[in-house]
Amino acid sequence: MATVLEAKGLSAWYGPIRALYDLDISIEQGGVTALLGANGAGKTTTLRALCNMVRRSGAASFMGADISRKSTEDIVRMGVAHVPEGRGTFVALTVEENLRLALHIRSDKRAAMRDMDLVFTYFPRLKERVQQQAGTLSGGEQQMLAIGRALMLGPKLMLLDEPSFGLAPLVVREIFRILRDINEKEHVSMLIVEQNAAMALDLADHVYLLETGRVVTSGPAALVRDDDALRKSYLGY
Amino acid sequence: MEFFVQQIAAGLTSGAIYACVALGLVMIYVSTDHINFAQGEMAMFATYLAWAMIDAGVPYWAAFGLTVLIAFSGGVFIQRVVLKPLEHAPVLALVVCFIALLSIFNAIAGMIWSYTIKQFPTPFPARDVFGNGLVSVQQLGVVAVTMVMLAILTVFFRYTTLGLAMRAAAQNPVSARLMGVRVSWMLALGWGLAAGIGAIAGMLVAPIVFLDPNMMTGILVYGFAGALVGGIGNPMGAVAGGFIVGVLENLVGSYVIGNELKLSFALVIVIGVLLLKPAGLFGRIIVRRV
Repeated sequence: MATVLEAKGLSAWYGPIRALYDLDISIEQGGVTALLGANGAGKTTTLRALCNMVRRSGAASFMGADISRKSTEDIVRMGVAHVPEGRGTFVALTVEENLRLALHIRSDKRAAMRDMDLVFTYFPRLKERVQQQAGTLSGGEQQMLAIGRALMLGPKLMLLDEPSFGLAPLVVREIFRILRDINEKEHVSMLIVEQNAAMALDLADHVYLLETGRVVTSGPAALVRDDDALRKSYLGY
Repeated sequence: MEFFVQQIAAGLTSGAIYACVALGLVMIYVSTDHINFAQGEMAMFATYLAWAMIDAGVPYWAAFGLTVLIAFSGGVFIQRVVLKPLEHAPVLALVVCFIALLSIFNAIAGMIWSYTIKQFPTPFPARDVFGNGLVSVQQLGVVAVTMVMLAILTVFFRYTTLGLAMRAAAQNPVSARLMGVRVSWMLALGWGLAAGIGAIAGMLVAPIVFLDPNMMTGILVYGFAGALVGGIGNPMGAVAGGFIVGVLENLVGSYVIGNELKLSFALVIVIGVLLLKPAGLFGRIIVRRV
Protein backbone atom coordinates (compact mmCIF):
# COMPACT_ATOMS: atom_id res chain seq x y z
CA MET A 1 0.00 0.00 0.00
CA ALA A 2 1.08 3.57 -0.58
CA THR A 3 2.56 5.66 2.21
CA VAL A 4 0.91 8.97 3.01
CA LEU A 5 3.43 10.24 5.52
CA GLU A 6 6.98 9.15 6.14
CA ALA A 7 9.61 10.30 8.62
CA LYS A 8 13.20 9.11 8.78
CA GLY A 9 15.60 9.86 11.62
CA LEU A 10 13.10 12.19 13.26
CA SER A 11 14.50 13.89 16.36
CA ALA A 12 13.14 16.73 18.47
CA TRP A 13 14.26 19.01 21.28
CA TYR A 14 12.67 21.17 23.95
CA GLY A 15 15.36 23.75 24.59
CA PRO A 16 18.51 21.73 25.31
CA ILE A 17 16.55 18.58 26.16
CA ARG A 18 16.25 15.95 23.49
CA ALA A 19 12.83 14.33 23.38
CA LEU A 20 13.00 12.10 20.28
CA TYR A 21 15.80 9.91 19.01
CA ASP A 22 15.88 9.07 15.28
CA LEU A 23 12.34 7.82 14.83
CA ASP A 24 11.43 6.06 11.59
CA ILE A 25 7.71 6.18 11.00
CA SER A 26 5.57 5.54 7.97
CA ILE A 27 1.82 5.82 7.76
CA GLU A 28 -0.14 3.88 5.21
CA GLN A 29 -2.69 5.60 3.03
CA GLY A 30 -6.22 4.93 4.21
CA GLY A 31 -5.11 3.21 7.39
CA VAL A 32 -5.09 4.06 11.07
CA THR A 33 -1.75 4.01 12.80
CA ALA A 34 -1.52 4.22 16.57
CA LEU A 35 1.37 5.66 18.53
CA LEU A 36 1.36 4.14 22.01
CA GLY A 37 3.52 4.40 25.08
CA ALA A 38 3.67 5.64 28.64
CA ASN A 39 3.64 9.26 29.79
CA GLY A 40 6.66 11.12 28.51
CA ALA A 41 7.47 8.56 25.84
CA GLY A 42 7.38 11.28 23.18
CA LYS A 43 4.01 10.63 21.53
CA THR A 44 2.78 14.21 21.51
CA THR A 45 6.26 15.41 20.58
CA THR A 46 6.23 13.11 17.54
CA LEU A 47 3.02 14.71 16.27
CA ARG A 48 4.44 18.17 16.93
CA ALA A 49 7.70 17.32 15.20
CA LEU A 50 5.85 16.06 12.14
CA CYS A 51 4.04 19.43 11.92
CA ASN A 52 7.19 21.43 12.63
CA MET A 53 5.88 22.84 15.91
CA VAL A 54 9.08 22.06 17.86
CA ARG A 55 12.78 22.21 17.06
CA ARG A 56 13.39 19.08 15.04
CA SER A 57 15.71 17.36 12.61
CA GLY A 58 15.39 14.49 10.17
CA ALA A 59 13.52 13.88 6.97
CA ALA A 60 9.74 14.01 6.64
CA SER A 61 7.56 13.74 3.59
CA PHE A 62 3.83 13.94 2.97
CA MET A 63 2.35 12.41 -0.21
CA GLY A 64 5.86 12.34 -1.60
CA ALA A 65 6.59 16.04 -0.94
CA ASP A 66 9.31 17.08 1.48
CA ILE A 67 7.76 18.80 4.53
CA SER A 68 10.80 18.91 6.79
CA ARG A 69 11.31 22.64 6.19
CA LYS A 70 7.72 23.69 5.71
CA SER A 71 5.92 25.86 8.26
CA THR A 72 3.09 24.39 10.33
CA GLU A 73 0.54 26.45 8.38
CA ASP A 74 1.81 25.15 5.06
CA ILE A 75 1.79 21.53 6.22
CA VAL A 76 -1.82 22.02 7.31
CA ARG A 77 -2.66 23.59 3.96
CA MET A 78 -1.20 20.53 2.21
CA GLY A 79 -3.79 18.33 3.91
CA VAL A 80 -2.52 17.37 7.36
CA ALA A 81 -5.09 18.15 10.05
CA HIS A 82 -3.69 18.10 13.56
CA VAL A 83 -6.21 17.71 16.38
CA PRO A 84 -4.05 18.96 19.23
CA GLU A 85 -3.67 17.90 22.83
CA GLY A 86 -6.16 19.87 24.92
CA ARG A 87 -8.45 20.25 21.87
CA GLY A 88 -7.36 23.79 20.93
CA THR A 89 -10.85 25.26 21.19
CA PHE A 90 -11.31 28.94 20.29
CA VAL A 91 -13.26 29.54 23.47
CA ALA A 92 -14.59 33.02 22.72
CA LEU A 93 -15.79 32.12 19.22
CA THR A 94 -19.08 30.37 18.56
CA VAL A 95 -19.18 26.74 17.46
CA GLU A 96 -20.03 27.87 13.94
CA GLU A 97 -17.12 30.33 13.85
CA ASN A 98 -14.77 27.60 15.05
CA LEU A 99 -15.77 25.54 12.02
CA ARG A 100 -16.07 28.42 9.56
CA LEU A 101 -12.46 29.38 10.29
CA ALA A 102 -11.39 26.69 7.81
CA LEU A 103 -13.00 28.70 4.99
CA HIS A 104 -10.07 31.07 5.31
CA ILE A 105 -7.80 28.55 3.56
CA ARG A 106 -10.35 26.68 1.44
CA SER A 107 -10.48 27.88 -2.13
CA ASP A 108 -13.56 25.83 -2.98
CA LYS A 109 -16.15 27.43 -0.69
CA ARG A 110 -18.93 25.18 -1.89
CA ALA A 111 -17.00 22.02 -1.01
CA ALA A 112 -16.24 23.60 2.36
CA MET A 113 -19.94 24.18 3.02
CA ARG A 114 -20.59 20.54 2.13
CA ASP A 115 -17.95 19.58 4.68
CA MET A 116 -19.79 21.69 7.25
CA ASP A 117 -22.90 19.57 6.64
CA LEU A 118 -20.72 16.48 6.90
CA VAL A 119 -19.45 17.62 10.31
CA PHE A 120 -23.04 18.08 11.46
CA THR A 121 -24.07 14.60 10.28
CA TYR A 122 -21.19 13.06 12.24
CA PHE A 123 -21.75 15.32 15.24
CA PRO A 124 -25.42 16.32 15.43
CA ARG A 125 -24.75 17.71 18.88
CA LEU A 126 -22.60 20.45 17.38
CA LYS A 127 -25.46 21.45 15.12
CA GLU A 128 -27.69 21.94 18.16
CA ARG A 129 -25.09 24.28 19.60
CA VAL A 130 -23.92 26.23 16.52
CA GLN A 131 -24.48 29.68 18.02
CA GLN A 132 -23.13 28.78 21.44
CA GLN A 133 -19.80 30.12 22.66
CA ALA A 134 -17.39 27.20 22.22
CA GLY A 135 -15.89 27.64 25.69
CA THR A 136 -19.21 26.60 27.24
CA LEU A 137 -19.22 23.18 25.56
CA SER A 138 -18.51 20.07 27.62
CA GLY A 139 -15.19 18.28 27.22
CA GLY A 140 -16.68 15.67 24.91
CA GLU A 141 -18.35 18.31 22.76
CA GLN A 142 -15.12 20.26 22.53
CA GLN A 143 -13.36 17.10 21.35
CA MET A 144 -16.07 16.67 18.71
CA LEU A 145 -15.57 20.29 17.72
CA ALA A 146 -11.81 19.75 17.41
CA ILE A 147 -12.36 16.77 15.11
CA GLY A 148 -15.00 18.80 13.27
CA ARG A 149 -12.54 21.65 12.70
CA ALA A 150 -10.03 19.13 11.36
CA LEU A 151 -12.66 17.67 8.99
CA MET A 152 -13.46 21.18 7.73
CA LEU A 153 -9.91 21.38 6.38
CA GLY A 154 -10.74 18.57 3.95
CA PRO A 155 -7.67 16.63 5.12
CA LYS A 156 -5.94 13.58 3.69
CA LEU A 157 -4.36 12.75 7.02
CA MET A 158 -5.50 13.42 10.57
CA LEU A 159 -3.12 13.53 13.50
CA LEU A 160 -5.11 12.93 16.68
CA ASP A 161 -3.57 13.69 20.05
CA GLU A 162 -5.35 11.77 22.80
CA PRO A 163 -8.93 12.19 21.70
CA SER A 164 -10.04 10.24 24.80
CA PHE A 165 -8.37 12.60 27.28
CA GLY A 166 -10.55 13.41 30.30
CA LEU A 167 -13.73 11.99 28.78
CA ALA A 168 -16.28 9.54 30.16
CA PRO A 169 -15.93 5.99 28.75
CA LEU A 170 -19.25 6.22 26.93
CA VAL A 171 -18.21 9.42 25.16
CA VAL A 172 -14.83 7.91 24.31
CA ARG A 173 -16.55 4.95 22.67
CA GLU A 174 -18.82 7.27 20.68
CA ILE A 175 -15.88 9.34 19.46
CA PHE A 176 -13.84 6.30 18.43
CA ARG A 177 -16.82 4.92 16.56
CA ILE A 178 -17.11 8.19 14.65
CA LEU A 179 -13.37 8.22 13.96
CA ARG A 180 -13.67 4.76 12.40
CA ASP A 181 -16.55 6.03 10.25
CA ILE A 182 -14.55 9.03 9.12
CA ASN A 183 -11.59 6.82 8.28
CA GLU A 184 -13.69 4.40 6.25
CA LYS A 185 -16.16 6.73 4.54
CA GLU A 186 -14.10 9.86 4.00
CA HIS A 187 -10.88 7.94 3.32
CA VAL A 188 -8.94 10.03 5.81
CA SER A 189 -5.75 8.32 6.99
CA MET A 190 -5.06 8.68 10.70
CA LEU A 191 -2.18 8.77 13.12
CA ILE A 192 -3.53 8.53 16.64
CA VAL A 193 -1.72 9.05 19.92
CA GLU A 194 -3.37 7.43 22.92
CA GLN A 195 -3.00 6.56 26.59
CA ASN A 196 -6.11 4.44 26.24
CA ALA A 197 -4.23 1.65 24.48
CA ALA A 198 -7.15 -0.76 24.33
CA MET A 199 -9.36 1.69 22.42
CA ALA A 200 -6.55 2.67 20.08
CA LEU A 201 -5.55 -0.93 19.35
CA ASP A 202 -9.16 -1.63 18.44
CA LEU A 203 -9.25 1.18 15.91
CA ALA A 204 -5.74 0.93 14.51
CA ASP A 205 -4.35 -1.45 11.97
CA HIS A 206 -0.73 -0.57 12.63
CA VAL A 207 1.07 0.27 15.88
CA TYR A 208 4.27 1.96 17.00
CA LEU A 209 5.34 1.49 20.61
CA LEU A 210 7.38 4.36 22.01
CA GLU A 211 9.59 4.47 25.08
CA THR A 212 11.65 7.51 26.12
CA GLY A 213 11.72 8.95 22.65
CA ARG A 214 12.55 5.76 20.77
CA VAL A 215 10.52 3.23 18.84
CA VAL A 216 10.66 -0.05 20.78
CA THR A 217 8.59 -2.08 18.43
CA SER A 218 6.17 -1.68 15.57
CA GLY A 219 3.88 -3.87 13.56
CA PRO A 220 0.28 -4.81 12.83
CA ALA A 221 -2.12 -3.92 15.66
CA ALA A 222 -3.27 -7.52 15.99
CA LEU A 223 0.24 -8.64 16.77
CA VAL A 224 0.56 -6.23 19.73
CA ARG A 225 -2.95 -7.02 20.89
CA ASP A 226 -2.12 -10.72 21.09
CA ASP A 227 1.32 -10.39 22.62
CA ASP A 228 0.70 -10.58 26.38
CA ALA A 229 4.27 -9.86 27.39
CA LEU A 230 4.52 -6.80 25.16
CA ARG A 231 1.18 -5.46 26.30
CA LYS A 232 1.96 -5.94 29.98
CA SER A 233 5.38 -4.34 29.86
CA TYR A 234 4.56 -1.33 27.71
CA LEU A 235 0.83 -0.75 27.88
CA GLY A 236 0.11 -1.92 31.42
CA TYR A 237 -2.87 -4.16 30.87
CA MET B 1 -28.03 75.47 28.89
CA GLU B 2 -26.74 76.51 25.49
CA PHE B 3 -23.20 76.39 26.84
CA PHE B 4 -23.83 72.93 28.26
CA VAL B 5 -25.04 71.57 24.90
CA GLN B 6 -22.04 73.13 23.15
CA GLN B 7 -19.75 71.43 25.64
CA ILE B 8 -21.40 68.06 25.04
CA ALA B 9 -21.06 68.51 21.26
CA ALA B 10 -17.41 69.49 21.62
CA GLY B 11 -16.92 66.54 23.94
CA LEU B 12 -18.41 64.13 21.43
CA THR B 13 -16.15 65.55 18.72
CA SER B 14 -12.97 65.05 20.69
CA GLY B 15 -14.47 61.77 21.92
CA ALA B 16 -14.71 60.58 18.31
CA ILE B 17 -11.00 61.25 17.87
CA TYR B 18 -10.10 59.54 21.14
CA ALA B 19 -12.27 56.65 19.98
CA CYS B 20 -10.12 56.30 16.82
CA VAL B 21 -6.92 56.37 18.83
CA ALA B 22 -8.38 53.87 21.32
CA LEU B 23 -9.43 51.60 18.44
CA GLY B 24 -5.90 51.64 17.09
CA LEU B 25 -4.52 50.70 20.49
CA VAL B 26 -7.08 47.91 20.93
CA MET B 27 -6.35 46.56 17.45
CA ILE B 28 -2.73 45.93 18.39
CA TYR B 29 -3.49 44.93 21.96
CA VAL B 30 -5.89 42.14 21.06
CA SER B 31 -3.56 40.62 18.51
CA THR B 32 -0.27 40.98 20.39
CA ASP B 33 -1.05 41.86 24.05
CA HIS B 34 1.04 45.02 23.77
CA ILE B 35 0.28 48.71 24.05
CA ASN B 36 1.82 50.52 21.11
CA PHE B 37 3.17 53.77 22.55
CA ALA B 38 4.09 54.92 19.06
CA GLN B 39 0.43 54.84 17.94
CA GLY B 40 0.10 58.63 18.31
CA GLU B 41 3.33 59.50 16.50
CA MET B 42 2.51 57.13 13.65
CA ALA B 43 -0.81 58.95 13.28
CA MET B 44 0.94 62.33 13.36
CA PHE B 45 3.41 61.23 10.69
CA ALA B 46 0.61 60.01 8.44
CA THR B 47 -1.16 63.34 8.91
CA TYR B 48 1.96 65.15 7.67
CA LEU B 49 1.92 62.96 4.57
CA ALA B 50 -1.68 64.00 3.97
CA TRP B 51 -0.75 67.64 4.51
CA ALA B 52 2.11 67.36 1.99
CA MET B 53 -0.22 65.81 -0.59
CA ILE B 54 -2.92 68.44 -0.09
CA ASP B 55 -0.26 71.14 -0.19
CA ALA B 56 0.87 69.72 -3.54
CA GLY B 57 -2.66 70.08 -4.90
CA VAL B 58 -4.21 66.64 -4.35
CA PRO B 59 -7.95 66.93 -3.56
CA TYR B 60 -8.81 66.37 0.12
CA TRP B 61 -10.62 63.04 -0.04
CA ALA B 62 -8.07 61.56 -2.47
CA ALA B 63 -5.29 62.54 -0.09
CA PHE B 64 -7.35 61.11 2.78
CA GLY B 65 -7.74 57.73 1.08
CA LEU B 66 -4.13 57.59 -0.08
CA THR B 67 -2.88 58.44 3.40
CA VAL B 68 -4.92 55.65 4.97
CA LEU B 69 -3.49 53.21 2.40
CA ILE B 70 0.08 54.37 2.95
CA ALA B 71 -0.36 54.24 6.73
CA PHE B 72 -1.77 50.72 6.43
CA SER B 73 1.21 49.53 4.40
CA GLY B 74 3.55 51.33 6.77
CA GLY B 75 2.00 49.53 9.74
CA VAL B 76 2.38 46.17 8.02
CA PHE B 77 5.97 47.05 7.13
CA ILE B 78 6.85 48.03 10.71
CA GLN B 79 5.46 44.77 12.06
CA ARG B 80 7.30 42.65 9.48
CA VAL B 81 10.64 44.44 9.66
CA VAL B 82 10.92 45.83 13.19
CA LEU B 83 8.70 43.68 15.39
CA LYS B 84 8.77 40.22 13.84
CA PRO B 85 12.44 39.68 14.80
CA LEU B 86 11.40 40.53 18.39
CA GLU B 87 8.66 37.86 18.49
CA HIS B 88 10.24 36.00 21.40
CA ALA B 89 11.84 39.03 23.05
CA PRO B 90 10.90 40.01 26.62
CA VAL B 91 8.24 42.70 27.11
CA LEU B 92 10.78 45.34 28.15
CA ALA B 93 12.59 45.03 24.83
CA LEU B 94 9.31 45.71 23.07
CA VAL B 95 8.52 48.71 25.25
CA VAL B 96 11.94 50.16 24.39
CA CYS B 97 11.22 49.44 20.74
CA PHE B 98 7.87 51.27 20.88
CA ILE B 99 9.48 54.27 22.56
CA ALA B 100 12.22 54.26 19.93
CA LEU B 101 9.58 54.26 17.17
CA LEU B 102 7.85 57.15 18.92
CA SER B 103 10.95 59.34 19.05
CA ILE B 104 12.08 58.35 15.55
CA PHE B 105 8.76 59.38 13.99
CA ASN B 106 8.71 62.56 16.02
CA ALA B 107 12.26 63.50 15.03
CA ILE B 108 11.84 62.66 11.34
CA ALA B 109 8.64 64.70 11.14
CA GLY B 110 10.40 67.62 12.78
CA MET B 111 13.36 67.25 10.44
CA ILE B 112 11.29 67.18 7.26
CA TRP B 113 8.48 69.54 8.10
CA SER B 114 9.95 71.59 11.03
CA TYR B 115 8.37 72.11 14.44
CA THR B 116 6.33 75.18 13.53
CA ILE B 117 2.61 74.54 13.58
CA LYS B 118 0.71 74.20 10.32
CA GLN B 119 -2.88 74.64 9.43
CA PHE B 120 -4.60 71.47 8.24
CA PRO B 121 -7.65 71.80 6.00
CA THR B 122 -11.02 70.39 6.93
CA PRO B 123 -13.37 68.96 4.31
CA PHE B 124 -16.39 70.13 6.28
CA PRO B 125 -17.93 73.58 5.72
CA ALA B 126 -17.74 76.04 8.60
CA ARG B 127 -21.47 76.05 9.17
CA ASP B 128 -23.90 75.14 11.87
CA VAL B 129 -26.11 72.10 11.60
CA PHE B 130 -29.18 73.78 13.02
CA GLY B 131 -28.18 77.39 12.54
CA ASN B 132 -28.31 78.12 16.27
CA GLY B 133 -24.63 77.87 17.17
CA LEU B 134 -24.94 74.56 18.99
CA VAL B 135 -23.44 71.91 16.73
CA SER B 136 -21.14 72.60 13.79
CA VAL B 137 -20.96 70.55 10.59
CA GLN B 138 -17.29 69.96 11.40
CA GLN B 139 -18.24 68.30 14.69
CA LEU B 140 -20.91 66.19 13.07
CA GLY B 141 -18.51 65.19 10.29
CA VAL B 142 -15.84 63.98 12.70
CA VAL B 143 -18.36 61.83 14.56
CA ALA B 144 -19.79 60.51 11.29
CA VAL B 145 -16.37 59.48 9.92
CA THR B 146 -15.65 57.62 13.16
CA MET B 147 -18.99 55.80 13.07
CA VAL B 148 -18.53 54.78 9.43
CA MET B 149 -15.10 53.42 10.22
CA LEU B 150 -16.46 51.49 13.19
CA ALA B 151 -19.22 50.02 11.03
CA ILE B 152 -16.71 48.89 8.40
CA LEU B 153 -14.48 47.29 11.05
CA THR B 154 -17.42 45.54 12.68
CA VAL B 155 -18.54 44.04 9.38
CA PHE B 156 -14.95 43.02 8.61
CA PHE B 157 -14.40 41.25 11.93
CA ARG B 158 -17.82 39.69 12.24
CA TYR B 159 -18.67 38.64 8.69
CA THR B 160 -15.47 37.99 6.73
CA THR B 161 -13.32 34.90 7.07
CA LEU B 162 -10.19 37.05 7.11
CA GLY B 163 -11.58 38.94 10.11
CA LEU B 164 -12.45 35.62 11.71
CA ALA B 165 -8.91 34.35 11.09
CA MET B 166 -7.53 37.49 12.77
CA ARG B 167 -9.70 36.96 15.81
CA ALA B 168 -8.74 33.30 15.98
CA ALA B 169 -5.03 34.12 15.68
CA ALA B 170 -5.32 36.63 18.53
CA GLN B 171 -7.16 34.20 20.76
CA ASN B 172 -5.20 31.01 20.30
CA PRO B 173 -2.21 31.37 17.98
CA VAL B 174 -1.12 27.72 18.22
CA SER B 175 -4.54 26.41 17.36
CA ALA B 176 -4.95 29.02 14.62
CA ARG B 177 -1.75 27.77 12.99
CA LEU B 178 -3.20 24.27 13.03
CA MET B 179 -6.15 25.65 11.06
CA GLY B 180 -3.71 26.92 8.44
CA VAL B 181 -3.86 30.58 9.51
CA ARG B 182 -0.59 32.46 8.90
CA VAL B 183 -0.54 33.97 12.36
CA SER B 184 2.39 36.33 11.94
CA TRP B 185 0.73 37.88 8.88
CA MET B 186 -2.43 38.36 10.92
CA LEU B 187 -0.36 40.38 13.41
CA ALA B 188 1.01 42.45 10.55
CA LEU B 189 -2.52 43.02 9.32
CA GLY B 190 -3.50 44.15 12.84
CA TRP B 191 -0.65 46.67 12.76
CA GLY B 192 -1.74 47.86 9.34
CA LEU B 193 -5.32 48.40 10.51
CA ALA B 194 -4.12 50.18 13.65
CA ALA B 195 -1.92 52.50 11.59
CA GLY B 196 -4.75 53.21 9.12
CA ILE B 197 -7.19 54.00 11.92
CA GLY B 198 -4.56 56.19 13.57
CA ALA B 199 -4.08 58.12 10.33
CA ILE B 200 -7.81 58.84 10.24
CA ALA B 201 -7.66 60.08 13.85
CA GLY B 202 -4.73 62.33 12.99
CA MET B 203 -6.44 63.85 9.95
CA LEU B 204 -9.61 64.47 11.95
CA VAL B 205 -7.88 66.14 14.84
CA ALA B 206 -5.34 68.20 12.90
CA PRO B 207 -7.82 70.94 11.80
CA ILE B 208 -8.81 71.39 15.46
CA VAL B 209 -5.46 71.38 17.27
CA PHE B 210 -3.22 72.36 14.30
CA LEU B 211 -0.53 70.14 12.89
CA ASP B 212 2.81 69.84 14.66
CA PRO B 213 5.06 66.90 15.57
CA ASN B 214 3.79 66.83 19.15
CA MET B 215 0.15 67.04 18.15
CA MET B 216 -0.78 63.53 19.29
CA THR B 217 1.06 63.34 22.62
CA GLY B 218 -1.85 64.43 24.79
CA ILE B 219 -4.43 62.77 22.56
CA LEU B 220 -2.71 59.40 22.99
CA VAL B 221 -3.23 59.68 26.76
CA TYR B 222 -6.94 60.42 26.25
CA GLY B 223 -7.20 57.58 23.75
CA PHE B 224 -5.51 55.23 26.19
CA ALA B 225 -7.93 56.32 28.90
CA GLY B 226 -10.82 55.69 26.49
CA ALA B 227 -9.54 52.22 25.64
CA LEU B 228 -9.20 51.37 29.32
CA VAL B 229 -12.65 52.70 30.22
CA GLY B 230 -14.23 50.58 27.51
CA GLY B 231 -12.15 47.51 28.22
CA ILE B 232 -8.89 47.26 26.34
CA GLY B 233 -9.76 44.00 24.60
CA ASN B 234 -13.03 45.21 23.12
CA PRO B 235 -13.24 47.43 19.97
CA MET B 236 -16.86 48.52 20.57
CA GLY B 237 -16.01 49.27 24.18
CA ALA B 238 -12.99 51.30 23.10
CA VAL B 239 -15.18 53.52 20.92
CA ALA B 240 -17.76 53.97 23.67
CA GLY B 241 -14.93 54.64 26.12
CA GLY B 242 -13.45 57.26 23.78
CA PHE B 243 -16.75 59.13 23.62
CA ILE B 244 -17.24 58.89 27.39
CA VAL B 245 -13.76 60.28 28.06
CA GLY B 246 -14.29 63.06 25.51
CA VAL B 247 -17.54 64.25 27.06
CA LEU B 248 -16.36 63.90 30.67
CA GLU B 249 -13.11 65.68 29.90
CA ASN B 250 -14.98 68.64 28.42
CA LEU B 251 -17.54 68.90 31.20
CA VAL B 252 -15.00 68.48 33.98
CA GLY B 253 -12.70 70.95 32.19
CA SER B 254 -15.34 73.66 31.80
CA TYR B 255 -17.19 73.28 35.08
CA VAL B 256 -14.83 71.79 37.64
CA ILE B 257 -11.08 71.97 37.23
CA GLY B 258 -10.48 74.30 34.31
CA ASN B 259 -8.91 73.57 30.96
CA GLU B 260 -5.32 73.55 32.20
CA LEU B 261 -5.79 70.42 34.30
CA LYS B 262 -7.78 68.45 31.73
CA LEU B 263 -4.91 66.14 30.83
CA SER B 264 -4.39 65.15 34.44
CA PHE B 265 -8.06 64.23 34.48
CA ALA B 266 -7.33 61.63 31.78
CA LEU B 267 -4.59 60.19 33.96
CA VAL B 268 -6.99 60.07 36.91
CA ILE B 269 -9.35 58.04 34.72
CA VAL B 270 -6.51 55.68 33.74
CA ILE B 271 -5.53 55.05 37.36
CA GLY B 272 -9.13 54.89 38.55
CA VAL B 273 -10.12 52.28 36.00
CA LEU B 274 -7.02 50.18 36.65
CA LEU B 275 -7.72 50.25 40.40
CA LEU B 276 -11.47 49.79 40.44
CA LYS B 277 -12.47 47.94 37.29
CA PRO B 278 -9.45 46.61 35.38
CA ALA B 279 -11.63 44.88 32.81
CA GLY B 280 -13.23 48.22 31.88
CA LEU B 281 -16.94 49.00 31.60
CA PHE B 282 -17.55 46.71 28.66
CA GLY B 283 -14.72 44.22 29.17
CA ARG B 284 -16.09 40.85 28.21
CA ILE B 285 -15.66 37.98 30.59
CA ILE B 286 -15.06 34.82 28.64
CA VAL B 287 -16.80 31.77 30.00
CA ARG B 288 -14.68 28.68 29.93
CA ARG B 289 -15.40 25.17 31.02
CA VAL B 290 -12.58 22.79 31.73
